[in-house]
Amino acid sequence: MDKISAVEAAYLKPEITDFRPGDTVRVHQKIVEGEKTRIQIFQGVVIARRSGGTRATFTVRKISYGVGVERIYPLHSPMIERIERVRRGDVRRAKLYYLRKRRGKAARIREKTRY
Amino acid sequence: MADGFLAKKIAMTQIFGENGESIPVTVLEAGPCFVIREKTIEKDGYTSVCIGFDQVKPRRLTKPVRGYLDKHKIPAVRYIREIKPQNPEKFEVGKRIVAEDIFSPGDIVSVVGTSKGKGFAGVMKRWGFKGGPATHGSMSHRSPGSIGQSSSPSRVFPGVKMPGRMGDDRVTVRNLKVIKVPQGENTLLIKGAVPGSRGSLVLVQKTEKKKQAD
Repeated sequence: MDKISAVEAAYLKPEITDFRPGDTVRVHQKIVEGEKTRIQIFQGVVIARRSGGTRATFTVRKISYGVGVERIYPLHSPMIERIERVRRGDVRRAKLYYLRKRRGKAARIREKTRY
Repeated sequence: MADGFLAKKIAMTQIFGENGESIPVTVLEAGPCFVIREKTIEKDGYTSVCIGFDQVKPRRLTKPVRGYLDKHKIPAVRYIREIKPQNPEKFEVGKRIVAEDIFSPGDIVSVVGTSKGKGFAGVMKRWGFKGGPATHGSMSHRSPGSIGQSSSPSRVFPGVKMPGRMGDDRVTVRNLKVIKVPQGENTLLIKGAVPGSRGSLVLVQKTEKKKQAD
C-alpha cells in the first residue's frame, strides 16, 4: 500500500451504506450546539459522488419550501452519523446536475426495480 | 537554529480532527537519517552536524563519499545536509535517527524546500501585477505597463519587477504544525502545504518560538 492510502486508512469508515447517484437518502448529521449534540436529518436525492479516500464527498439535493437546497457532505466525516438509503433511483448518469434546471414533475426519478 | 530532519514530500490529503473538522495535511517520508559528521569549533570554526537521508545503492556514490561512510558504518545515502541542532551531543556519528526522536504532535516546524519551477513567467503570475483591462478595445491584457519615467532619468532603475524565470527557488514556510508522527513508519504529517513537487527533498526544522493561536 502506498503511503497516502496507509495514512488515510485510519480515517476511513469501515462500513459505508451502498448508495449511488439517483438514490434518495436520509443523512443523519451530528450538530454541536455549545455543550449539546443533536442529530439533524437531511433527506434528498444524491446527485453526485466524487473523489476517493478521505476526500470523498457526495451531494444531496432537495426542494425545501420551493427552494432547491444542496448540501455537500464528506463521506467519511465523523460528523455523519448514518446514511440511510430510502429509495433506489434508475438513472443513466453519474452526475445529475441536469436536475437543477428541472422542477416539479420533470425532476422526478424513476425507481429502480430491476437489477 | 534548531533540530532539523530530512524528508521527502509524498503528497497532500486530508484527515479528520477530534471535532470532526477536516485538516489538510502533507504526508512526508521522514527519515531514517544518519549522523554523518560532527563539525567542531577546534576543527571547523563552528559547530554543526551533517545528516544523510534516502538510502541508495552504494555504487551510486562517488568513491570518496562511499569510503567515508563505510569507515563509520553508515549506509549509502543520496542526500547529505548540514543542520545546527540545539544540543549536538545527542548526535553521535553513525547514529540512526528517526522522526519520532525529534518530533511529536503539536510541534511547530518550518519546512525548507525547492519550489516547483514555473518557467519564464509574466509579471501577473510572478509579481501579482493586475495587468490591463480584458475588454473595451484594450490591447494590453497581461502586459506590465510602465517600467519607469522618461528622459529624466532616461534609464530603467535596477530592481524593477519584470518577467523572468520563476520558481525552483529555496523557499521556507514557517509556523507549520506537526499533526501526527506514526510510530515506526518513518512518516510525518504536517498541516498545510510545503514547497516542492512530489518526491522532492525538504528540510524540516523544529522552531522554539510558539505560535500564538492555531
